[in-house]
Amino acid sequence: MIRGLAALVLGLTALGLLLGAAGFGLPQSEILWQLRLPRTVLAGLVGAGLGLSGAVLQGGLRNRLADPGLLGIGGGAALGAVVAFYWGLSARFAPALPLGGLAGAGLACAALFALAGRAPSAPSLILAGVALSALASALLALALALAPNPFALAEITFWLMGGLQDRSLDHLALAAPPILLGLILLLRLGPGLDALALGEDVAQSLGRPVGRTLLWAAIGSALAVGAGTAVAGSIGFVGLVVPHLLRPQLGERPAGLLPAAALAGAALLLGADLLARAAPLLLPLSQEPPLGVLTALLGAPFLVRIARQVAP
Amino acid sequence: MIALTATVALGGRPVLHDIAFTAQPGQLVALCGPNGAGKSTLLRALAGLLPGLPGRDPRQVAYLPQGARCAWGLTVAEVAALGRLPHGDAAAAPIARALTLCGLDSLRNARVDRISGGQARRAMLARILATEAPTLLLDEPTADLDPAAAHAIMALLRRLAQAGATVIVVLHALDLARDYADRMVVLQDGRIIADAAPADALPAAARAFGLPVGLDTQPRLLPPAAA
Repeated sequence: MIRGLAALVLGLTALGLLLGAAGFGLPQSEILWQLRLPRTVLAGLVGAGLGLSGAVLQGGLRNRLADPGLLGIGGGAALGAVVAFYWGLSARFAPALPLGGLAGAGLACAALFALAGRAPSAPSLILAGVALSALASALLALALALAPNPFALAEITFWLMGGLQDRSLDHLALAAPPILLGLILLLRLGPGLDALALGEDVAQSLGRPVGRTLLWAAIGSALAVGAGTAVAGSIGFVGLVVPHLLRPQLGERPAGLLPAAALAGAALLLGADLLARAAPLLLPLSQEPPLGVLTALLGAPFLVRIARQVAP
Repeated sequence: MIALTATVALGGRPVLHDIAFTAQPGQLVALCGPNGAGKSTLLRALAGLLPGLPGRDPRQVAYLPQGARCAWGLTVAEVAALGRLPHGDAAAAPIARALTLCGLDSLRNARVDRISGGQARRAMLARILATEAPTLLLDEPTADLDPAAAHAIMALLRRLAQAGATVIVVLHALDLARDYADRMVVLQDGRIIADAAPADALPAAARAFGLPVGLDTQPRLLPPAAA
């Protein structure tokens, strides 16, 4: 399964390097290195971060509906990036947008644990996360409502829909280190997540206190998803769907899902990004459909199928 | 051996007063008493799970909480393997031994959410046996099981104690405590009001529940002959 997924990721990466606005084929080396390489690698990294943090958060919160969006981390990252854009920071200094996203994710993570109280547990984190994401989307709506001009409004809205068009090596250099660090932190949480399968008391009695596991899960997610959102905008559904896709094949043990969730998330976003690039070539579209819209369009039917399988 | 001296307040409410408790290897100790007497709190304190009290080495003390359930559809073998987490290994031998002791060999690959309540409880038991901890703490391991399943679990705990383990069990079923325990500790309102052999502690337990004690002349279920 892992080998199959790894092969799929490699195959999709190769396709991603070969497919572009000009059609299929090996492009000039400048386009390959300056445009397609960063875009393809970013799709893989952002997808891996989303898929893995979805699997970790579902395991840690013992909740099949958990994903990075639930805890307000994605919302915080989006808000941070929009703030950077809004005050013109990103116009003067290009990396301000992704840096703002990362700062937003970090602040959301800190606020999450401040709100969840002294002994964070799954229910307190979920409630605090829902409150945070409501706050983040309210502030985003406020930023949109007060947008200085229609162009800014359109630009923010389009950015929020998610996408990897025109991402450069600079974006890759900025986002890759925090995403990779987040992936490493999250991959190490397997035993702590397994211990939580039998409840918080059992986890503590096995020497894996819930508070520590959830703290590292949130920090890892903030790095991986925050940096991903910072360069790719809001991309939903990947974190939610990936663990559900894997459980029928790999079993339900949380640690058993982690490496596969990173690979499957990468494959899913690489595939969605390929679709986004292919759409204007195949359909009468003037531009690419936003990536976040595509993942939701692809993800929702999967969830419906899972809902029907879960029903007795 | 496990010992605890503690006064415990949870959320500002005193739950245990001046408890001094010790249990020796080879003993099966039943903690009895009315709801709210502090039995589960005492067990959690012994397990090192209460803030402000010393923690325990998870390789020395294994704890099975009341009504433990698995959030995911793990297999029976995967649940038992969780007992190896404190050791950081997945040693096959202790897991296989625990599954055999609990009579789960044929159910290794069954999902715990798709087997009977009694079988699932035995899977939870296999998890704490796989730790190979010398001290076992169990909160109501026989609750809502049928009498045969309840006797089977108590008989297994009895054998483990005879083999040298320190076994401390919270029990509501006084007849099981009387039939299997070496020692009955009765709690009421956060205090130990009796600590003796079950036959001697039973009158105090009955008083704590406000029930009369008499000699039973009616037919009743006995522990299996093998126990």
